[in-house]
Amino acid sequence: MLKRFRENKATQGTLLISPTLIFMIGLLLIPLLLTLVISFGRRAPDGTVIYDFSFDNYIRLSGIRTECANGAAVCFDPIYAEILTRSLTLAFNTTVIAILLAYPLSYFIARAPAKKRNTYLFLILVPMWTNFVIRVYAWMMLLRTQGVINSVLGWLTGLVGLSFTPLEILYTPSAVLVGMVYEFLPFMILPLYTSLEKIDLSLYEAAADLGANRIRTFLRVTLPLSMPGIVAGTILVFVPVMGTFIVSDLLGGRQIVLVGNLIQNQFLIARDPTFGSTASLVLMSLTLIVTYFYTRKFGFGEEIISA
Amino acid sequence: MSEFAVELQDVVKRFPTPEGGEVYAVNHVTMQINNGEFFSMLGSSGCGKTTSLRLVAGFEWPTQGEVYIQGLPQGHTPPFKRPVNTVFQNYALFQHMSVEQNIAFGLEMDRVQKTEIKQRVGEVLEMVKLSKMERRTPRQLSGGQQQRVALARALVKRPQVLLLDEPLGALDLKLRKEMQLELKALQQEVGITFIYVTHDQEEALTMSDRIAVMSHGKVLQMGSPIEIYERPNCKFVADFIGTTNFMEGTLNSLEKDQALVYVPSLDVEVQGFAMGSVKVGDTVAISIRPEKIRLAENAKLHQNCFQGTISTTTYIGSDTHLIVDVNGSKFKVWEQNKISSLEPEAYYTLGQKVWLILFPENTLVMANE
Repeated sequence: MLKRFRENKATQGTLLISPTLIFMIGLLLIPLLLTLVISFGRRAPDGTVIYDFSFDNYIRLSGIRTECANGAAVCFDPIYAEILTRSLTLAFNTTVIAILLAYPLSYFIARAPAKKRNTYLFLILVPMWTNFVIRVYAWMMLLRTQGVINSVLGWLTGLVGLSFTPLEILYTPSAVLVGMVYEFLPFMILPLYTSLEKIDLSLYEAAADLGANRIRTFLRVTLPLSMPGIVAGTILVFVPVMGTFIVSDLLGGRQIVLVGNLIQNQFLIARDPTFGSTASLVLMSLTLIVTYFYTRKFGFGEEIISA
Repeated sequence: MSEFAVELQDVVKRFPTPEGGEVYAVNHVTMQINNGEFFSMLGSSGCGKTTSLRLVAGFEWPTQGEVYIQGLPQGHTPPFKRPVNTVFQNYALFQHMSVEQNIAFGLEMDRVQKTEIKQRVGEVLEMVKLSKMERRTPRQLSGGQQQRVALARALVKRPQVLLLDEPLGALDLKLRKEMQLELKALQQEVGITFIYVTHDQEEALTMSDRIAVMSHGKVLQMGSPIEIYERPNCKFVADFIGTTNFMEGTLNSLEKDQALVYVPSLDVEVQGFAMGSVKVGDTVAISIRPEKIRLAENAKLHQNCFQGTISTTTYIGSDTHLIVDVNGSKFKVWEQNKISSLEPEAYYTLGQKVWLILFPENTLVMANE
């Protein structure tokens, strides 16, 4: 029996992945199928689910209405489309800003002496030892009207004798964007660093030797060779930003509703798991579609994964 | 056109060490490299040969002294503005580009017209025998093919000087030998000055018009392969190039280049040919190459003849390598197997008494350093 096991690679493989497989089936596939089933159900008055096969939730989410205020037969209620667009825009902006901030930093770390690199990476990971929610609260302390940023600005303007009206940053879309970028920046830095660190220094010398100045070396050599890092980082930032609700909840003051908030509200406040499930599935499909087209164009960042 | 393709004038390159000190990578080096020459810098690792090459390429700037290319002082000119190109030791090919794109890169940087790029890339691909490979990526090529791409990428720019940093180091022996001859033929075909860095003395001897032997940041000797091998100017060069036998002694008399050296280990005076600047009374080294020692069963002369016993024989086909013990001093002697024979008598045997004859013109007397 043991001998057969040792000789049979296929059996070995199946056994090795079975813990993960059981985990994935039990905690991902089955719940996902349940969500799908529930999304076609209807909400009972007591908040439980009536299992049915109705497209009501999907129609509701699409915004197409048959009962209209102005008496028309069909009209469009943009509220959910707006939430989806807002989420997509925010995820896109967060990703772009994260790339712009992470690139120079990752480049700097990758080119630093080998001994210092680990220290720098360690410093980037230190904030992650604090709970996600606590870090968001910390941003509230910084951004609110009587917060650190406004106090410092007020003190500085006071020094030069100017009057100062505190900036209203907290509970604005900007606050949410700042919070998102802060929370997910390390997920952009790490893969970018990995891909930049792997670029052989002699390639920069070869480019210079062949007549490329620093800018052209960057555009023709550094940037293309770091694409796997950008792709991996983008997936790691874009996907969670699409679904997170804590940042927008706390820094947006419940005024900035993202898909994540919508889902949370449906399950916990409106007590309508059927519509919540529908929104969850639509969010997932949307994210999958975006990443599908993105990775089809740029690959999966395999080089990073295989490194 | 300037007299020299490249000239290093009293060049010094110092690097800071992690301990806070400084180390001389290149220590007052002066050399002139002629146009169209195949010039090699030869030495073991850390001798300053690669740093010297990088100073010409512009990856490093001299701490002191000046590098001239075609008579023009280079100062702090960056690499992308110098009329030289480099073939890197690890090839440094762009993995995200095809063979064709790799080779075209340098021409694109010079904003050469598209049609001309296509034509020149095609020509150079043919020259390095890589036509039909242009769509492949470097990963899909063998080591030898990658080496050719690196060569083509540098040559396509038609540099005035091509710098090669141990370009054959990663190839296996057979391929290396083939590429040595190909490189030499290519250099003669294109007529570009090659500066070639290597630690392989055989490679340097095979390919070069002139060789600079370097050690500890200094040039010890510069000359043709024949000069370097037959007339080494110091013990280091004689030892580094090929195989040789050394004796140590005191220079007793010197008349022109005829030297008489007392060798304590043999307790005799050996007659030899003086190299470089040696003075009477100096402790000197005597070098004689194993293939230049004559073996005889009887000797009529007394000067430079020693009787010894064969302590090792190694048959290697073309030659037999012997070690002869003369009063405790071991001499390596290589005898060519000129006669095809199966008879044991045709060869020297273990324990046989033989005479070693060291002709004075083969017995080189040089500084003991």
